[in-house]
Amino acid sequence: MIALGYTMVYGIVRLINFAHGDVFMVGAFLAYYAISYFQLSLPVAMIVSMAGCTLLGVTIERVAYRPLRRAPRIAALITAIGVSLFLEYFCSLKFVFGPDYLSFPRPFEVTTWEWAGINFSNIQVIIFAVAIFLLVLLQYIVHHTKMGKAMRAVSFDHDTARLMGINVDSVISFTFGLGSALAAAGGCLYGIAYPQINPFMGIMPGLKAFVAAVLGGIGIIPGALVGALIMGIAEVLTSAFISSTLRDGVAFGILILVLMVKPSGILGRKSGEKV
Amino acid sequence: MIPLLEIQGLSKYFDGLKAVSDFHLALPKDELAGLIGPNGAGKTTVFNLITGLYEPGAGTIRFDGQDILRLKAHQITKLGIARTFQNIRLFNELTVLDNVRAAYHGHLEYGLVPAILRTPGFQKKEKELTQKAQELLKIFNLSARQNEVAKGLPYGEQRRLEITRALATNPKLLLLDEPAAGMNPAEVRQLMELISWVRSEFDLTILLIEHQMQVVMGCCERVVVMDFGEIIAQGTPKEIQTDPRVIEAYLGKEI
Amino acid sequence: MKNTPWFIYLLILLFPYAAIYGLIQGGIINPYWEHIIQYAIIVFISSLGLNIIYGYAGQFSLGHAAFFGIGAYTSAVIMKALETENYIIFVLVLFLGAAVAGLVAFLIGLPILRLRSDYLGIATLGFGIIVKVALDNFDRLIPMMGGSRGMSGIPKLTNFTVTYVFGALAILFLRNFVFSSHGRACVSIREDEIASQAMGVNTIRYKTVAFVMGCFYAGLAGGLYAHLYVFLHPSNFDFLKSFDPLLIVVLGGLGSISGTLLAALGWTFFLEGLRVILPSQILDWRMVIYPVLLIAVMLLRPQGLFGGREFGFLKPKEKDAAAR
Repeated sequence: MIALGYTMVYGIVRLINFAHGDVFMVGAFLAYYAISYFQLSLPVAMIVSMAGCTLLGVTIERVAYRPLRRAPRIAALITAIGVSLFLEYFCSLKFVFGPDYLSFPRPFEVTTWEWAGINFSNIQVIIFAVAIFLLVLLQYIVHHTKMGKAMRAVSFDHDTARLMGINVDSVISFTFGLGSALAAAGGCLYGIAYPQINPFMGIMPGLKAFVAAVLGGIGIIPGALVGALIMGIAEVLTSAFISSTLRDGVAFGILILVLMVKPSGILGRKSGEKV
Repeated sequence: MIPLLEIQGLSKYFDGLKAVSDFHLALPKDELAGLIGPNGAGKTTVFNLITGLYEPGAGTIRFDGQDILRLKAHQITKLGIARTFQNIRLFNELTVLDNVRAAYHGHLEYGLVPAILRTPGFQKKEKELTQKAQELLKIFNLSARQNEVAKGLPYGEQRRLEITRALATNPKLLLLDEPAAGMNPAEVRQLMELISWVRSEFDLTILLIEHQMQVVMGCCERVVVMDFGEIIAQGTPKEIQTDPRVIEAYLGKEI
Repeated sequence: MKNTPWFIYLLILLFPYAAIYGLIQGGIINPYWEHIIQYAIIVFISSLGLNIIYGYAGQFSLGHAAFFGIGAYTSAVIMKALETENYIIFVLVLFLGAAVAGLVAFLIGLPILRLRSDYLGIATLGFGIIVKVALDNFDRLIPMMGGSRGMSGIPKLTNFTVTYVFGALAILFLRNFVFSSHGRACVSIREDEIASQAMGVNTIRYKTVAFVMGCFYAGLAGGLYAHLYVFLHPSNFDFLKSFDPLLIVVLGGLGSISGTLLAALGWTFFLEGLRVILPSQILDWRMVIYPVLLIAVMLLRPQGLFGGREFGFLKPKEKDAAAR
């Protein structure tokens, strides 16, 4: 899900939003506070968290990325790194979220079932269901709504889209907001599955989500799903058969392989530079 | 007499889209030829194929008798083919002088270690290189700006700098891609004189892409016309001016 | 105009050395600050390496800390194994560590350097993580390295003189490279890779040269670091640490040796200064200010302090004979 957000943003603004993983982190924390302090139920907490992160994402875009839209790609990337670091360290300040691990509350009982020799838990089912739901929703938005059309137009060419009367700035803000909401949802689900949360938890998932997005084809939405699935499977297999400490290394080994062999990803299109 | 540049059956497809198909050309030494055609006809693609900037398609390209189709761009330049670009590609943050000096790299005569140790051999060669670059700048009237950053130059001088830089690579064949783009009539006239003069002064063969017909008709001894990736006519300027296929390509079929 | 006479160079080099050395010996600069000064120079050498890769050749690398680590561990393992305090051997081992870093850079560069800039950044970042994971697990192959428990017992051989000399050599070496046709080849790649190829520059070769050189510098700095702090842990070399030299290079100005020098010194002393000034409760704000600074620079002055310029004495003066 983080991968979805990444891929969308990149497709439209050609920016690798490094801070995306940290929006995920904030999402998890917001849900934590919503549940712990405000006694909200899980679905409501998730919506609150998604709303909060949407706001966060749009703000980041406004403040940090928009001024650099005409600047070389690297400038924007460096700024994204800056935003990422800022979010991490700011949130570890004591008066914000604090640097320690917090236990994410699990508002329902864990039950497991067995089917065809594999153990399922209701957590996994919930995660899967929510992910599919959001994916379908996203596909609908992108392909069947006016805003979605606008997003696709902007992803091809900003200036032409502007000439067609599309307000490019709002579209980009919307995209960021949408991507951030997805990340927040991911954060909540993550919190349920792995109950320890802390301000730096977004780094690894963020990077791996990026790999997944690239693997599937950056800018292509179903690609993010394909990429994420492949990465997940590869990681689990490595943990099981080789060694769990090498797990992270595998993710990035895959990245390098993909970049070398087919940089546009499994489902992606090539984009060349005009000479 | 073998032609300097000999192209046969050159084709290039991009993901199934035909960019160039069965292009052929035999360019004798010292000729000034033009390559024209509507936008998207494939002219720049031909340039890119000759200079090795695109992966080779099918066909053969022979330069001075040597097969260059599979060579890399920098190797082709070293053999003696230089070019300018449709959208000026200068080294923007470098000075005018450094832009030209950079182009002398292909004819480099010192290695990495002498450079770092600043041996007398290095210093002598570096001085020679700088002097040659400065002489070239003088010829093209850019000496006054030699320490200015390239991106600050006015447009016309940027185009001139690009040509100067290309000449620094000591070419036998010069490919000019729309050198007159964006110029007013007076500048175009100056350019035409410059091109003719450069051809004789540097003993060059020149192939140019242009949309401005006065340049093509005024300078070129031979013109090749392309449309949709194929050659539709070839001949002297007068011949192709009256060729019905050429007229059709530019103006559409007569009703 | 003549080239700056060589004895001026010598003076510029010797003066700060003598001054600082005197202050150290005289006890005015205490051991803590002596440490910091050396650290600043080490950071400078490493950042200079990134400047070669990114500032001069335009290749965006986010894996710099990995090569710093490779140099650190390699030299540390060898020195610890040799059990000697001989300075000549130490210097040789430092070069060896750097050479290993350079070799790894060469090998990983072969496939990677073909990539476009933002993809290259991610690939190098990924490589950096792979190296860190490798360092965590290397104790299975070489128990001395300690893996995730860290490596200790490294002889403390780095001192101010050694660091200073390497710093000066690093500058000299790079400066001579930059102001030559090879240096121009690299910056032409940065400016426009396609035009550079068309002008006869073998871009693959020069990207590799710049990358290997830059990682060599990082490896050298790493070796100095290992023998200053005498304890190594893989977490010192994770990818977050690659952002430090990036910030310094960007802040100081891409393609400027002087800029990197000032930024490296400034950054080190700024962070240390904050540690001294800020009371312990708001110490954590240090790490918040740091990325804010990065963002501010990118938004306000992306060319950094020095843009592409240098201190005058670093540049060779042109003999402009034919221009008149």
